[in-house]
Amino acid sequence: MSKVLLQTDSLNAFYGDFQALYDVDMSVCEGETIAIIGANGAGKSTLLRSIAGLIKTEPESVRFDGTAIGNWRADKIAKQGIALIPEGRQLFPSLSVEENLKLGSTVGRTGHWQLDTVYQLFPVLKERRTQPSTSLSGGQQQMVAIGRALMSNPEVLLFDEISLGLAPVIINTIYEQLPNIISQGATAIIIEQDVGRAMAAASRVYCLIEGRVKLEGSTHELTREQITEAYFGVAA
Amino acid sequence: MDWLNAIVQGVLLGGLYALFASGLSLIFGVMRLVNIAHGDLIVLAAYLALSTTLILGVHPFTAILVVIPLMALIGYVLQRGVLNHTLGDDILPPLLVTFGLSVFLQNALLEGYTADPQKLNVGSLETASVSVGELSIGLLPLSTFVVAIVVIVFLQWIFYHTALGRQFRAVSDNADIAQLMGLSKGHIFGLALALSLVVCGIAGILLGARTSFDPAVGSGRLIFAFEAVIIGGLGNLWGTLIGGIVLGVAQTIGGKINPGWQLLAGHVVFLLILAIRPRGFFPRVEH
Ligand SMILES: Nc1ncnc2c1ncn2[C@@H]1O[C@H](COP(=O)(O)OP(=O)(O)OP(=O)(O)O)[C@@H](O)[C@H]1O
Ligand SMILES: [Mg+2]
Repeated sequence: MSKVLLQTDSLNAFYGDFQALYDVDMSVCEGETIAIIGANGAGKSTLLRSIAGLIKTEPESVRFDGTAIGNWRADKIAKQGIALIPEGRQLFPSLSVEENLKLGSTVGRTGHWQLDTVYQLFPVLKERRTQPSTSLSGGQQQMVAIGRALMSNPEVLLFDEISLGLAPVIINTIYEQLPNIISQGATAIIIEQDVGRAMAAASRVYCLIEGRVKLEGSTHELTREQITEAYFGVAA
Repeated sequence: MDWLNAIVQGVLLGGLYALFASGLSLIFGVMRLVNIAHGDLIVLAAYLALSTTLILGVHPFTAILVVIPLMALIGYVLQRGVLNHTLGDDILPPLLVTFGLSVFLQNALLEGYTADPQKLNVGSLETASVSVGELSIGLLPLSTFVVAIVVIVFLQWIFYHTALGRQFRAVSDNADIAQLMGLSKGHIFGLALALSLVVCGIAGILLGARTSFDPAVGSGRLIFAFEAVIIGGLGNLWGTLIGGIVLGVAQTIGGKINPGWQLLAGHVVFLLILAIRPRGFFPRVEH
C-alpha cells in the first residue's frame, strides 16, 4: 500500500465540556478515497472539522504528511493542502458565484484547478458567475462549494455530505463528476448518509458511533450486515 | 437666500460627517466591532498632523503623507495586538476596551498637547470661496465634501472590486469558513482597522483645518459619526453620506433658527428618524 498521507491518532474532540470524539484512529493513503459513515450526531462532521483545524485538538492527534497539525489554525492547514467542503455548503452570501470561487484561490496553491477548469467541470456555473451565490439552486450551490475548495488545489479533499438536501438527479450528476474531481492526484474523505453510494465511491470505510470508530474495513470485504450492525449499534 | 445658504452649508458639513462615519461603518461591517475610540482617533490624527506641520514645516495637507501611513500602522497594530483578543460571541469586551482606549487617548493627548485649542493652518484656503449666483461657498467645506465622495468611491471600489474587499466580505459573512480558504482572520481584521484609521487620518486633518480642536472633542465626533451611520442605514456607505448630509443640514438649519439649537436640532432629527425608520434609510439587505 502507498504511504499514509493523513492520519488521526487517538483523536479526542470537544465542544466546550462535551466530548464528541473518543480516541479516533483513522488513516488515508495518498490517492485513496475513504468514506465515513454513521448515524446523525455520530461525530462525522466533527472529525472533518478537527482535521481542517476548525476544532483545536492535541497537536499529535492529527498528522499530515508526517507533520503534527492538530493544533494548527485552519488557514495554515488550508495552505498545507487540506480543503474542507463543509456540511450545508456555507457559501459566502455577499459574494457572487465567481467571487466565491476566486476566494478559494486565496490559499495560494497552484495546479490544475483554476477558474477555467472549474467552469469546464461545472459549465452551469459559468453562466451564473455574476449572480449572488445564494440565488442558485441547492445543487448549483454545492457545485460552487466544490469548485471553491478545488481552487485551492488541495492534496486532500474532505467532503461533508455533498448530497444533503439535493434531488437525486443532481446527486447523480455530482457523483458522476467525483472521479474527475478526485483524479487530479487528490486524496479524499467523504461523509455520506447513503451507505451504498459511500461503498461505491470509496475503497475503505469507517463507521462511527457516538464518537467512536465501531467498524473499519475495505469496501470489498465488509458485508452489508456488518455495516448495518455497526451503523445501528445492534447485533443483526 | 439665507435658508438656501444654510442648506448648502449643511450639505457640505455632511461630507465631513460622512468622513467621520465611514471608517466606523467599515469596521462594524467587517467585524461587528463598535469602536468607541473612533472620535478620539480622529482627534489623534489631527494632532499628528499638527506635529508634522510644526516639525517638518509643511502644509497640513502635505502632512497627510505622514499621517496616513502612521494611522494605518496604529490601526493594524492596535487590532492585532489588542482588539482581536476582545472579539468573540460577547459584544461587551470590545466595547469596554475601546471605551478604555478612548479615555486613554484623551488623557495622553492632554498630557502631550495640553487642553489649549489648536488649529491646523491651511492659509488662504480657509477663507477662500466661490460664488454661485448669490451664494458664496467656502472652498474648504467644498473640498471636504469632494474628498468625502472620493473616499466613499474608493472604499466602495476596495470592497466590491478588489481581492481585499472580497476577503473583507467573506470574513464578515463567515469568519470560520473564510479561514478554510486560507484567510487569517486576525490579519484581515488588522487591515480593516488600518483602512478605517486611514479614513480617520483624512477626517482628522479636514476637521483640524475647519475648526479648532482640543483633546476632548473626540466624543462629539463619535456621536455625529454614529448618527450619520444609523440615519443612512448600517452597511451602506452611500447611505452614510446621506446620513451625514441629513445631520449636517439639520444642524445648520437649527442653528439658523436659533444659534443655540444647532447641535440639538441634529440630535432631534436623528431621534425622529430612528423612531420612524429604526434601520435607517438604506439598510443593507440581508441575504
Ligand atoms: N457546535 C457544537 N456545539 C456543541 N455540540 C455540538 C456542536 N456541533 C456538534 N455537536 C455535537 O457533537 C456530536 C457530533 O456532531 P457531528 O455534527 O459531528 O455529527 P455528524 O455525525 O456529523 O451528524 P450529522 O449526520 O447530523 O451531520 C453531536 O452530539 C452534536 O450534538
Ligand atoms: Mg455532520
